[in-house]
Amino acid sequence: MDFWTLANALATGLLTGLVYGLSALGLSVIFGVIRIVNFAHGEIMVMGMFFALVMFRWLGLDPMLSVPLAAAILFVFGYALQSTVISRVAHLPDHMQFLLLAAIAVMIVNGSLLIFGPDPQAINISYSFDSFDIGENLIIDKTRAYAAIAAVAISGLLLGFFKYSRTGKAIRACADNYLGAQVVGLKVDHLYALTFGIGAACLGAAGCVLLLLIEVHPYLAPGYTLLAFVIVIIGGLGSMTGALVGGILIGMSEALAAIVLQPSMKSAFSFGLLILVLLLRPQGLMGKSVK
Amino acid sequence: MTDKVNKTKSEKTTGSIISRRQFTAGVAAVGAAASVGPWYIKNARAAEPLKVGVLLPRSGGQAQIGIDCQRGADAALPILKDLGYPELKFMLADFETKVDVARTQTAKLIDEGAHLVVGAFDSGATMAAAQVCEQRNIPLVVNIAAVPKLTGMGLKWVFRNFPHGPMIVKDAFVNQKALFKMTGHTPKTVTLMHVNDTFGSSLAGALFKLAPRFKMPYKIVEKISYDPYGRDLSAEVRKAKASKGEALWVVSRLNDAIMMTKEMVKQRFEPMGILSTGPGWYDQEYMKATGKFGDDVISLVPWHDSNKPLSKTLEAYFAKHHPDRQVNPNHTYTFEGIMVAADAYKRAGSTDAKALQAALRTTNITNNVTTAERITFDKNGQNPHVKNSAVQNRGGKNLVILPQSAAVAKPIWPMRPWKKRG
Repeated sequence: MDFWTLANALATGLLTGLVYGLSALGLSVIFGVIRIVNFAHGEIMVMGMFFALVMFRWLGLDPMLSVPLAAAILFVFGYALQSTVISRVAHLPDHMQFLLLAAIAVMIVNGSLLIFGPDPQAINISYSFDSFDIGENLIIDKTRAYAAIAAVAISGLLLGFFKYSRTGKAIRACADNYLGAQVVGLKVDHLYALTFGIGAACLGAAGCVLLLLIEVHPYLAPGYTLLAFVIVIIGGLGSMTGALVGGILIGMSEALAAIVLQPSMKSAFSFGLLILVLLLRPQGLMGKSVK
Repeated sequence: MTDKVNKTKSEKTTGSIISRRQFTAGVAAVGAAASVGPWYIKNARAAEPLKVGVLLPRSGGQAQIGIDCQRGADAALPILKDLGYPELKFMLADFETKVDVARTQTAKLIDEGAHLVVGAFDSGATMAAAQVCEQRNIPLVVNIAAVPKLTGMGLKWVFRNFPHGPMIVKDAFVNQKALFKMTGHTPKTVTLMHVNDTFGSSLAGALFKLAPRFKMPYKIVEKISYDPYGRDLSAEVRKAKASKGEALWVVSRLNDAIMMTKEMVKQRFEPMGILSTGPGWYDQEYMKATGKFGDDVISLVPWHDSNKPLSKTLEAYFAKHHPDRQVNPNHTYTFEGIMVAADAYKRAGSTDAKALQAALRTTNITNNVTTAERITFDKNGQNPHVKNSAVQNRGGKNLVILPQSAAVAKPIWPMRPWKKRG
């Protein structure tokens, strides 16, 4: 195996990992604040993919340009879902919350089947088959590069929002100390709904970006939900930077496993990594340990 | 007292509804009915349509191919009716591209009254369906599935009119040698990429087992198996490129064929040619998704003989009902699967499973569409006459290039560089 083969594989893995990270970010944001494990994670992302598909088919809009619109629509969806449905079961045991979100996931899958049918659907944009040459031996595929740049930009915006904006700080305050946030007069229910909305918006954006790389069909979601769980557990449940780091780690390790070992071992390698992290650092690479 | 008892008995006997004469007449009538009954019942059954369970992947990763197979089944109904075959009733089932669902859906079809099952395109799913049919004593007519053990483990209710792995590989070797000789370009090394499912693994296994026997002019330098549900194939294609095989041999399906082609173009991986022994690469959806980059791929697959009268009828049907599609093996083998079922029903004159099984064993159809000279089944339920062709994609069309007797075009080999297309 020569150096450039490995370098190309790692570069592709890095770009793919950033997109994985963006999709996992939605899960991490929601869990980090509301402490609800979103089992409809993949399904909401697939909604974003279908939205970008419709925009492309109807208006010829590049999925990258659909990102703000998809994020806005899914923000409203997420906000409404949290404030009207999920908030009502927040006091119930965890397993009942899981079941509620699993039920929502099933409804989204069936709705997608009803509207779009079961076939995988792809888009063909002008740069689908194009690549960038960096030097003589490094080839970076255009769609993946654009998707990764979008993922970094969206993640940066999100991290900036949580770090510097008043609302972002208020949301973090809710996450850190629920009771304290109530005592100082923060509208916790509104902030929770906002958080779920932001998580869903993040998934909408990830969906648009992902449509550049893969075909969309209603059954795509469970695989991505599982992948997001693996990423956030490796990165640290609730940690936003952890989600990005976890995504990059999974993307690059899968690429490496495929090249060095056997491609059909890729998933086994990711899950091996998950087991290793759970055994050696259960809080995840960037997560805080609970004492 | 005794007299009274006797009298009562006598009265009872005399007063009974059935006399000795009536009893004798009754027995005779029952005997006559019994002798005429089976004939009568048999004909009554023949009047009812044969319920054919059509098991296909209509959703999930193989949905497009499953839906394409159904087009072949749908074409069979009017065409077979015109040929004088009895009426059939379809019971459609979807196994969602999942082997476990194939098992439950087959059982459900049988529970709901299917007299015979046709399916299931995917080798793993067909194996699962075969086990259920074997347990429930219901015939399974396989439209497409190449796993060898399907007709190699003594199943009594399975009938396959499709080549198994070693048959496909054997014909592929023969056609490859003819291609290299014809064009004067022989690769010295080949990289094999195969989907890691029942179909892909069994075909790849057969390929390695049979290669030495055929003394192929090349060496297989790398065997790359990949996950059928893989999210992207960039690393797989990169590995294939790094292996430096002069030609690429693929055993895949539709979605992975599209992903693979995109990656090959983006990574500038340009082998001497792409040889496929599987579905996907000849598909209309593949050519639509890849455009000019889908050209020049050669599929070594079971194809139909355009010169046969029934092929012309099927092509005319597709030209009328699906003008945007060409007839492909998904259509032809599903069509023939339904035809085999209808033919067995016609000769059995009954929907009884054992009668259908016996009729299937004596199948001998010569008016068919594929390159097989006839459809018969050996003691294992395999049609030994099925054959493969070499078909090349050109401008969105599939052109037969081998065997030369059925060729409609000369092969382009080596394939044209990506940058020099259109």
